[in-house]
Amino acid sequence: MEQKFLLKKAREVRRGICRMVNRAQQGHIGGALSETDYLVALYYHIMKVDPARPDWKDRDRFILSKGHCVEPLYYILADKGFFPREMLDTFSLPGSPLIGHTNREVPGIEMNTGALGHGLSGACGMALAAQKDQADWKVFCLLGDGELAEGSVWEAAMFAGHYHLDRLYLAIDRNRLQISGPTEELMSQEPLAQRFQSFGFDVAECDGNDSAAIIAALEASFHRPGKPHLLILNTLKGKGVSFMEGQTSWHHGRITQEELERALYDLREEED
Amino acid sequence: MKETIACRKAFSQTLLELAREDRDLYAVTSDARGSVTLNDFAKQLPDQLIECGIAEQNEIGVAAGMALAGKKVFVCAPAPFLSARGYEQLKLDVAYNRANVKVCGVSGGVSYGTLGTSHHALQDIASTRSLEGLTVLIPSDGAQTRWLTRWMARTEGPVYMRMGRNPVPGLYGPDTEFQVGKAMELKAGQDLSILAAGETVSIALEAARLLEARGISARILDLFSIKPLDTEAILKAARETWAILTVEEHCVYGGLGGMVAEVVSQSYPVPMTIMGLPDEHTYPGESPDVFRHYNLTPEGIAKQAQELFGKKQRQIAVMAKFFQQQEKRLTRITED
Repeated sequence: MEQKFLLKKAREVRRGICRMVNRAQQGHIGGALSETDYLVALYYHIMKVDPARPDWKDRDRFILSKGHCVEPLYYILADKGFFPREMLDTFSLPGSPLIGHTNREVPGIEMNTGALGHGLSGACGMALAAQKDQADWKVFCLLGDGELAEGSVWEAAMFAGHYHLDRLYLAIDRNRLQISGPTEELMSQEPLAQRFQSFGFDVAECDGNDSAAIIAALEASFHRPGKPHLLILNTLKGKGVSFMEGQTSWHHGRITQEELERALYDLREEED
Repeated sequence: MKETIACRKAFSQTLLELAREDRDLYAVTSDARGSVTLNDFAKQLPDQLIECGIAEQNEIGVAAGMALAGKKVFVCAPAPFLSARGYEQLKLDVAYNRANVKVCGVSGGVSYGTLGTSHHALQDIASTRSLEGLTVLIPSDGAQTRWLTRWMARTEGPVYMRMGRNPVPGLYGPDTEFQVGKAMELKAGQDLSILAAGETVSIALEAARLLEARGISARILDLFSIKPLDTEAILKAARETWAILTVEEHCVYGGLGGMVAEVVSQSYPVPMTIMGLPDEHTYPGESPDVFRHYNLTPEGIAKQAQELFGKKQRQIAVMAKFFQQQEKRLTRITED
């Protein structure tokens, strides 16, 4: 039952992304589509958040370090009731708080990001604050794989390992593509799991385009205290839209009306 | 009783007092507890000291994350590294996020002397005051540092504060009240004004004494609040003394002189001289040697002040002549 709900929700979010990018005539759609299932797992199953109290002290926190892929997060926050759904229509329009990177003026957004390599340090600071207070809340943070070339990511990883920040749940959207091409050609990231293990992380890996698998992997990691956690999400950039899947050129793009229709067809509601 | 003490020491002592009273106050550092004089803090409140290792970018990012989770965070490390290596984190994680982080850089300017340019912070006024939402402070003595440290602890919002490394003479009594955004007038004067911040304030004050003996009355303003800036006091100085000399331990581009010129030139242009570090490889030496080399001494400042005063008098003479001609012309036009 839940698996069906998650699949349906992920398709709905992806349709929402396509519409936003079509309307705005801009957006980082490839990475937005690859990370969608992770965000669906977080916001519809894993995280304790309350749209009526976005500043609730004991909420779980999510930081989107790859802040350029903000479309699914906006969609989900609106869907959860953090702000009116109509606001989604203003994505990237002049004067709208829904800018092309995370913006704390939007209810539910925890940290302004955009320049890469910043989110993990912020997440470490939050996880340390929770650890100092012996609080129960968790910090989730999503990085892109291209972003891993930023040195500050490794400063933060070292910090997380040193302080055994086990309230920190890092995830990497391992879609293996960045704006100029394949990550392994531009700046190789392997052996990714071992790199983080050597920094003191508890590392797991799963199909990052399967919300149920993500939930299972995260819940399993909740029972492994003492270390910060990393979940490597093996994903497909452009996931769900046939002509975007695995295409570097769809890192950022405009969607024509015709392309939108094809995308919506790919993402159509399936019969029960 | 005015106390002679290094600002960094006055800062760390006050921070320790505040942290004892507030379990949510943290000092975050990057292998700099010696430079910042945080060893007592580390011994007495180890749980409230967060060591990041030599990693200023992560240090500032972690501080922002802690602050966004409700902590009061003081980042304590040398100014050259915080303000340059950690600049994007200062810009985004702290200022853009409106995080309640106080980024406190010690050994600013040329404090580190012969360690050279890598260890000098001569660009930080220009780079920090241009960040929207960030308060920028440069205390000139121990009492002011203590007051500002307490102010930072009770005031929400991002701040960058730069302090020097060396002991500085006390300029203010321990009970002096300050206001962020209000300059302090340390000496009244009518012939010209000398505006300074940080270590150069006490040198400017000595220069004013030399000038007094030479018959020139200099007003001294301590612009410890770089941002928000006391534009009113600057314009008052322009109107009442008609000549402004700025003295800074900073590159002459975009620093104290530049910010005063922005105010003066747009509202009340008067002759100005900007003293600071020129655009060249900094002279090697301990900070008093560097100050001497660039004439940032009482005598050097007094000399520049005398020249500026001369310029002002010449300009006034030219203007008087101009006004006379204008008056004649106007009279002629009216008669015609």
